[in-house]
Amino acid sequence: MTIAAGVNESLASISNYLVYSAITVYTLAFLAHIAEWTFGSRSRVARTARAVTESAAAPAAPAVRVARRGGGTTVLERPQVVTRDGSEDRGAIDGPGAAGGSEQGDLYGRIAISLTVLAWLLHFGGVVARALSVQRAPWGNMYEFSTTLGLVAVGLYLLLLALGKNVRWVGLFLTTTVLLDLGLAVTVLYADSDQLVPALHSYWLWIHVSCAIICGAAFHLGALATFLYLFRDGYEVRQAQGRVGRLDSMLERLPAAATLDKFAYRINAAIFPLWTFTIIAGSIWAESAWGRYWGWDPTETWSFITWVAYACYLHARATAGWKGRKAAYLCLIAFGCFLFNYYCVNIFIVGKHSYAGL
Amino acid sequence: MSTTETSTGTGADGAAEALSTAPREDGGSTGDAPNLPKLGVTGWLRWFWRQLTSMRVALLLLFLLSLAAIPGSLVPQEGSDPVKVSEFLKNHTSLGPIYTKLGLFHVYSSVWFSAVYILLFISLAGCIIPRSWQFVGQLRSQPPHAPRKLDRMPAYATWRTDAAPEEVLASARETLRARRYRTAPGGDSVAAEKGYLREAGNLIFHIALFGLLIAFAVGTLYKSDGNKLVVTGGGFTNNQTQYDDLRHGAFFEPDNMAPFGFTLNAFHATYEESGPQKGTPRSYAADVTYFGPDGKSHQRTIHVNDPLNVAGNKVYLTSHGYSMVVTVRDGQGNVAYSGPVPFLPLDGNVTSQGVVKVPDAVGKDGKRDQLGFAGLFTPTTVIDPVNGPHSVFPALERPALFITGYHGDLGMDSGLAQNVYTLDTTNKNLKQFTDDKGNPVRKLMVPGDTWTLPNGAGSITFNRIDQWANFEVVHQPGNSLALGSAVCMLLGLAGSLFIQRRRVWVRARRTDDGRTLVELAGLGRSESPKVAEELAVLVSAVHAKAPTAAEEPQESQPDSLSDGDHSDKEQS
Repeated sequence: MTIAAGVNESLASISNYLVYSAITVYTLAFLAHIAEWTFGSRSRVARTARAVTESAAAPAAPAVRVARRGGGTTVLERPQVVTRDGSEDRGAIDGPGAAGGSEQGDLYGRIAISLTVLAWLLHFGGVVARALSVQRAPWGNMYEFSTTLGLVAVGLYLLLLALGKNVRWVGLFLTTTVLLDLGLAVTVLYADSDQLVPALHSYWLWIHVSCAIICGAAFHLGALATFLYLFRDGYEVRQAQGRVGRLDSMLERLPAAATLDKFAYRINAAIFPLWTFTIIAGSIWAESAWGRYWGWDPTETWSFITWVAYACYLHARATAGWKGRKAAYLCLIAFGCFLFNYYCVNIFIVGKHSYAGL
Repeated sequence: MSTTETSTGTGADGAAEALSTAPREDGGSTGDAPNLPKLGVTGWLRWFWRQLTSMRVALLLLFLLSLAAIPGSLVPQEGSDPVKVSEFLKNHTSLGPIYTKLGLFHVYSSVWFSAVYILLFISLAGCIIPRSWQFVGQLRSQPPHAPRKLDRMPAYATWRTDAAPEEVLASARETLRARRYRTAPGGDSVAAEKGYLREAGNLIFHIALFGLLIAFAVGTLYKSDGNKLVVTGGGFTNNQTQYDDLRHGAFFEPDNMAPFGFTLNAFHATYEESGPQKGTPRSYAADVTYFGPDGKSHQRTIHVNDPLNVAGNKVYLTSHGYSMVVTVRDGQGNVAYSGPVPFLPLDGNVTSQGVVKVPDAVGKDGKRDQLGFAGLFTPTTVIDPVNGPHSVFPALERPALFITGYHGDLGMDSGLAQNVYTLDTTNKNLKQFTDDKGNPVRKLMVPGDTWTLPNGAGSITFNRIDQWANFEVVHQPGNSLALGSAVCMLLGLAGSLFIQRRRVWVRARRTDDGRTLVELAGLGRSESPKVAEELAVLVSAVHAKAPTAAEEPQESQPDSLSDGDHSDKEQS
C-alpha cells in the first residue's frame, strides 16, 4: 500500500477533452444511424424484401432447413447435415437490417460504424488518460465507472461486429444509451481526477469492479436486445393476424424475434457466471475490508436482488408457460435492478459503497 | 430447478426427456383437477409437495425472495446501523411501531424473509435429491439405443457406402470414443452421449447453495464481533471484558475465545493535501506487536484492507483519532491523573471532543473534590467568528484544545454505567469553574500549556498529543465453507451453462442392393447450433473411412432459397 501519488493535472484535462470529443463523435454516429434508418424506410428494396418475407412465411413455413456445413469445395463430396429446428418459432425471418437494402442507407450505416469506432478510440484514450493521471484503475467513482461501462459496452458491440456476428441492428440503440450514459457521467456524476480513500486500496478493486463493469455492459446489450424483442414479437404477432402497427416499417427491418431472444439469452447466460463471480469477489474483498463477507449493505442487497432476478430469467426461459414475453419482462426487470443498484442505491441510499465524489 | 434446460424438438421427445434430469413441467397441472374432491390428507400433502417442488412455484419463490430483500435496503437495519434505526423511530412515531411489528428493522432475520428462503430451499431439496439419483442412474446406464427414425432428429446426415456395416460401426465408435463420447453398441447402431458435466454442474451448483446456507448459518450462530479502542502504547488481550462492545451469535462461548493480544506501537495517517478532496484520508497504518496462542510476539502493520489474522480471529483497523495526554494535579498538588484520554472525531477533519474525569482528586481543604474537563480538540485550528473553533484539516498542523473544567461530584458512585466520553453536566453537584464575574472559564491550550484552576483547585497540563486506533476483532467460523461453496457454485454454473449435453447415433444397415446405408443423427439442446456443426465433423470423419459409393447418385436435399440467410449465423 503505497502512499498515494499526486494527480497529473494535464493528463486529467486531456482525459476530459477526449471524453467530450468522444461524445461529439458518438452524436455524429447517432445521426448517421438515424439517416441509415430513414433511408432504409424509404427504400423500395425494403418493401420488396418485406413482400418476399411475407410470401416466404405464408405457405406453412418449411420445418426442414438445409444448411451446408464443412464449406468449400468438398461440399458436394460430403453428405449434408440436415437440421430441423424444434423451437416454436413462427418461421419469421430476420429483417434486412436498418438500411433495408437501400444503398444510401447502407452507406450511412457504414459511416455510423466508422464514426463509432473513432468515438470508441477517443473514449478509450479518455479512460486511459484518466487512469494515467492518477496511476490507478480508473474506477474509483461513479463518473469513472460510467465512462468505463460505456466504453466496454461499445467495445463489446464492435468486437461482435468484427467477429462477423449479426449485431448491426443494435447500433442506433446502443449509441443512444451510451450517449445518455456519458451525458449523465459528465454532468451529474462528474468528479475530478483524484486518489482513492484507503478502503479502495486493494487489488480487489481491479477484479471486483472490472467484472462489475463488464457485466453491466453485457447486461446492457442483453436488455437492449430483449427490449427490441418485445417490439418485434408484437410486430410478428400483428403480421400473423394481418394487422398493421405504427412502427412496422422500422420493426420489419429488425432480426426475427427468435433471433433477438436467442441473442439476449446467450449474452445473459454467458455473463451470469461472471456476475456471480463479481459478487463472490466483492464478498472476499468485503471480508478483508469490513470484517464480514456479507452484511446486507444496500449495494450488496441489490446485487443479490439482481442476481436472483437474472436467475429467475434463466429459469423462466426453461419453463413452459414462462418462455417468450414473460421471460423477456423478467430480463428487463433484472436489468432494472442492476440500474437501480448503480444509480439509485449509490446516490440516494447511504451504504458502505458510497465513496468520494458520489 | 435446472437453469437452462429447454424441452427439445418435436418428434424427439422420447429421447430428449432423458437428456436432462430437469423436472418435467405438467403444463398447468390441469390433470389433477378431476381428482380434487377425492384427495385425502396424504393426497393433499402429496399435492402440496408436488406444487412446492414444481418449477413454477420455485420460480415464484425466487421472485419473492428478491422482492423480500428490497425493504432491507430501504429501511435502516438494526444489524448494520442501529443509530439510524433509533433515529427513524424517533422521527416516525406512527410508522415506527408498525415497522417494528413487521420486522422491517431486521428484514433478513424476520419471519417472512426466513419463510421465503426456507420454502425455497425445501423446494430445491425436493428437486435436487431425486435429480441426483436420476443422474447417478444415467451415469450407470448406457446411452439409450437409437430411435427408429433417425431422420426426425434435429441434425441428420445419411449416405450410402460400399463398406460393410460392421466396419462402419466400428470406425464410428472409434471416432466417437476419440472425441470422448460414451458409446454403446446396439444391433445395427451405435449410441453415444457426451456432456454429462452439464448435469453434474447443474447439480453441484444447486447443492453448493445449501453449503452456502449452512456456512451462513454457522457464521451467524458462532460469530463474535467486538470493538476495542487502543491508544498508542496501549494493548489488548482477547477477553470478553476487554472489549468496548461485543456482539455475538447464539452459540458463542466466552470460554472458547482464542488467546491472543497485541500492542499498538504507532499509528500513521496520510491525507489529500490539496484539491477539492483536500483532507480525504489516503492511507491508514497501525504498527502493532502481537502474540498468538503460542506466546511468541511478532511485528505487523495493519492497514484498512489488510487485517491481522491471528488464531482464527481477524483484527481490522476501523477508525482512528487523537488522544490528549494530560496530567491533572488536585488541590493538594498531587498527581490525580496522568495519561492519554481518547477524543472522538466529530467530522472528517477530526474536530474531536472528549472528557477527562478525575474521580480521585482531593480539594484544597482536604475533602474529596472530583474534577472533570470537557474539551474540543482541533488538529488544524481555525477560529471562525460564526462557527467558532473548528478544524480544516485532519493532520496535526495547528493543534489546539479548547477546554472547560468542572468540580464537585461526577456522579460515578451511583453504580450506573456512565459514558466515558461525556460529562453529566445536568448533575447539580457538578459546578463549572467560573471567573470573578461568574462567567464559565474556557481555556485554549496547546501542547505544553498548563492551566491553573481557579480557587487553588489544582491544575491541568496538556503534555502532548497521541493517536488512538479502533480495532474490530471478528471471529466468524464457516468462512472457508462459504468460500468453498461459492467456488463450487461458480464451477457448477459454468458447467451447466457452457457445456452442452448431446447424443449421437450412428446406424449402418445393409440395403437390398448390397450397399450400406449410413445414418448419423445428433440431438442436443434445441438452441444449440453446435450439434449440427459437431455432427458435420463426425460425418466427415466417418465418411473418410466409408466414402460414398461411387455410382450412387448424391441424395439431393431441397436447397431452400429463403432459408439461406437464416443459417444461425449470428449465434455465437
